[in-house]
Amino acid sequence: MIETSPEISATPSQDRCVDSMLTVRDLMKTIDDQEILRGVDLDVAHGETLAIIGRSGGGKSVLLKHLVGLMQPDAGDIWIEGQNITGLSERQLSAIRQKIGILFQGAALFDSMTVAENIAFPLREAGERDPKVLREKVREMLDVVELEGQEEKMPESLSGGMKKRVGLARSIIRRPKCVLYDEPTSGLDPVVADSINRLIRRLQKRLGMTSIVVTHDMKSAFDVANHIAYLHEGRIYFYGTPIQFQQTSDPILEDFLLGRSAEEREDTVES
Amino acid sequence: MMARLFNALGGTFLAFFQYLGEVVLLAADTFRSIFTHKLRWKLFLDQIVEIGLLSQLVVVITGGFTGAVFSAQTFFQFNKIGMGSATGAVVSVAICRELGPVLTALMVAGRVGAAMSAEIGTMKVTEQIDALRALAVYPTDYLVVPRALAMMVSMPLLVAECIAVGIAAGYFIAIFMLEINGTYYMANMVRWTRNRDIIMGLSKAFCFGILIVFISCQKGLSAREGAVGVGRATTEAVVNSSLAVLICNFFLTMLLNIIYPAGYQ
Repeated sequence: MIETSPEISATPSQDRCVDSMLTVRDLMKTIDDQEILRGVDLDVAHGETLAIIGRSGGGKSVLLKHLVGLMQPDAGDIWIEGQNITGLSERQLSAIRQKIGILFQGAALFDSMTVAENIAFPLREAGERDPKVLREKVREMLDVVELEGQEEKMPESLSGGMKKRVGLARSIIRRPKCVLYDEPTSGLDPVVADSINRLIRRLQKRLGMTSIVVTHDMKSAFDVANHIAYLHEGRIYFYGTPIQFQQTSDPILEDFLLGRSAEEREDTVES
Repeated sequence: MMARLFNALGGTFLAFFQYLGEVVLLAADTFRSIFTHKLRWKLFLDQIVEIGLLSQLVVVITGGFTGAVFSAQTFFQFNKIGMGSATGAVVSVAICRELGPVLTALMVAGRVGAAMSAEIGTMKVTEQIDALRALAVYPTDYLVVPRALAMMVSMPLLVAECIAVGIAAGYFIAIFMLEINGTYYMANMVRWTRNRDIIMGLSKAFCFGILIVFISCQKGLSAREGAVGVGRATTEAVVNSSLAVLICNFFLTMLLNIIYPAGYQ
């Protein structure tokens, strides 16, 4: 790991785990004989926005799913506000998951429900039955994600950007302490992608939520993040601020930053 | 060569028991949830409509035409030895004990089992089930429990309907087309059909409902690889449910015949 902040310690300290929103230690995962994660260490402080970047297929989404217990690691530990979530049963994880919202890559809206029903779903499941309260909360969330008046639409009639906004509204309606974003800007045009980035920043400022953004969109990472973690070959290869990342001379990071393939780099060196 | 053969056989054998284990674990998880967690009544009633109400046309047609053709075939054979009026008894007992529950289960497996597997499978491959989990909703509670309970309630009622329509259709064919004496037909039917025949049919219906719902839901929950995976899961759900119904029917018949013996006693 290079350029790492001193915040990451090699061994888990109980104090550190309690202080952080989220702590990951030595996380390993193999899927179909392929080592995806080979010992990931990560600390995310309360209220910060961390962008996890890396090449496609590098295990970013797998890491994200581990953070909310949707996948179980082969080895290693994950602490959320000081509580180790590895090895917990699905029912035990339910309490932890109320602290965390997740925006899936494809938004994962329930396709049999309207926009309003999708957004109100977490509240209804938490026992809120008053239609007036639900309607008010849904309207408030739609206002936050700038989708006023779309309550009765079905997910199939929404564009990619609108789906992501509805997914985001659904994930934050219960005011979680932390929101995980899986490729929030992928498949969106630059203007819509920028509006999603602004939304992430606004949520952090307005609601003080901790955010973890998995992306390979460098503009998005620089726009929203306080810290950047670069996942390479199953480990955190770099951890630092966006400025530290931009100033790096490491060839692997430079290639990613400039969108340069190894072939192009060789051509540049030869010429 | 032999080692490869044994490897292949062993692999298949292990895969089968693993699959069986997954179905049993899902069933155990569902029953635990039924007794320990609150039921989502709206989802339960939606499933009652989907499984019970909307399956009625299929079940009525199946029962009606099976009863009619069985009545005709039985008459053709029995009439040769002068036992035409026994047709009612044979049709009634056969439909109550075997044809009603088995044919209804096969139709429900095709209609409802396929729909369950496809719906849950699509939710799985589009990350909707992960979304449920991430929103602190346990998928078994939300998806499987309402379907399982609705199936346990609906299947015996559907089988009862199938039996009633089958017997009625057999009666009409026998009386109006085959010209059997209605009094003898009814007398024999009532004499040879006992409550235990109906109880046996309804018990089987309950068991078949459980088989179909857990096999179909398990297939949906384990669907992978996009649209192709959902298609495969749906096909396997229908085939496996149908085979399980037919195989279990034999063992249930042998077991239930000890408790509810056939014949006039």
